[in-house]
Amino acid sequence: MRDFVYARAATAGDAIGAMAAPGARYIAGGTNLIDLMKVDVERPSRLVDISRLPFTDVEDQPDGGVRIGALVPNSDLAAHPRIRRDYPMLARALLAGASGQLRNKATTGGNLLQRTRCYYFYDTALPCNKRDPGSGCGAIGGFNRIHAILGASESCIATHPSDMAVAMLALDARVEVRGPAGARTIALADFHRLPGDTPHIDTNLEPGELIEAVLLPPPPAAAGQVYRKVRDRASYAFALVSVAAALTIDQGVIARAALAFGGLAHKPWRDRTVEQALVGERPSAPAFDRAADRLLADARGRGHNDFKIMLARRTLGAVLREAAGAAR
Amino acid sequence: MLTITVNGIERRLETLDVRTSLLDLLREHVGLTGSKKGCDHGQCGACTVLVNGRRINACLTLAIMHDGDEIVTIEGIGTPDRLHPMQQAFLRHDGYQCGYCTPGQICSAIGMLDEIAKGWPSHASRDLQTVLLDDAEISERMSGNLCRCSAYPNIVDAIREVAEPVSKAEAA
Repeated sequence: MRDFVYARAATAGDAIGAMAAPGARYIAGGTNLIDLMKVDVERPSRLVDISRLPFTDVEDQPDGGVRIGALVPNSDLAAHPRIRRDYPMLARALLAGASGQLRNKATTGGNLLQRTRCYYFYDTALPCNKRDPGSGCGAIGGFNRIHAILGASESCIATHPSDMAVAMLALDARVEVRGPAGARTIALADFHRLPGDTPHIDTNLEPGELIEAVLLPPPPAAAGQVYRKVRDRASYAFALVSVAAALTIDQGVIARAALAFGGLAHKPWRDRTVEQALVGERPSAPAFDRAADRLLADARGRGHNDFKIMLARRTLGAVLREAAGAAR
Repeated sequence: MLTITVNGIERRLETLDVRTSLLDLLREHVGLTGSKKGCDHGQCGACTVLVNGRRINACLTLAIMHDGDEIVTIEGIGTPDRLHPMQQAFLRHDGYQCGYCTPGQICSAIGMLDEIAKGWPSHASRDLQTVLLDDAEISERMSGNLCRCSAYPNIVDAIREVAEPVSKAEAA
């Protein structure tokens, strides 16, 4: 690991100020950043330790939603009574991720900022436009079983690894950030980026911006909430495909559908036209199949990951069936 | 400077390379080699220790971030003449073969039972509100600890025995 300067921030203001140094990075749980520093993919000159800042609460909001501090560990969030009761798909997504040890350390903000698990990104001997812009994409034409089928570019076909963010996206989460220019709130849908020709930029955070909290609106009323993750082994593996769904049924007809997908794209994927296609339909296999047609109209496999197109279709169908059954 | 409590003993380290992981601090600076370095990337769990009572991977955290924290390693769990019940259960059920992953398994199992005592659900929980401890729950909650000798069935037996002393006694 390369050397760096370490400083523990006493306040958010201190932390943001310390990020003015070139090559500075925030560190909280560290479970992804330290791993990447060990393999020389991340090379910060300075680590600004924000792990003792007071962003550790899950607070009820006046509107009926919740505000989740950026430093709430994944395990605590999954176990929080309010999350278990009102946002079960989020608890399920968190519990489907990583291991008990990692969830105890990984934070809410850090989970959003996880970097891809693309093998070419991790291996400094191989080309990767995300790690080394302009060097090419090893996964295109290479081994790409875990890679994107939607929203990819000729520069990058990496996927975002988070489960948590997929559920939060379907729940219309917003991200509270503070930076040198002040505070702002970003819809989670606008937080992560598609790769385009700048795959080295994962998010729309400005330099020095610090995530302080994630806001969830009130839970969707009477909705059946489901998170399903399909992976290569039963536990402790990243998603090949995951689906988060909140379905509201009124008089036998789908009144509202919120769907988000993991493992398919460079960011947690949401397509409102898929949701619109379901509204007004009775829950049925043909309706679910039409939704999958819409979702996958522009899907493109790269060889090894071709199976994800059918897997996404089948997983969506299974999740919609389950969510329709769970809707009250 | 770093002040850290390891197995109840306060340690002060005047000079420390900022890159030192908590695992390397324990093994190379404090001299406690019970915590094992398997993958050094948070994938195998051999380095699992308890920090302020919570199980974490000691390899994926920087020592310098733990100023003021209380660490418990396998050396603080029990001693050869005063074994922790979890250590006794691993012996009784043959919960290992080579033993390399065992310190991490035991620290993880103790941390995991505390999580169950707090009512935390897992991916294997059918109901997020009610935690029932069965073999599927134990396997899921211990998935961050790999055993290349594949002693998993015996590890599950050992943990179940410690988790359910009352029901075990009733069954006997």
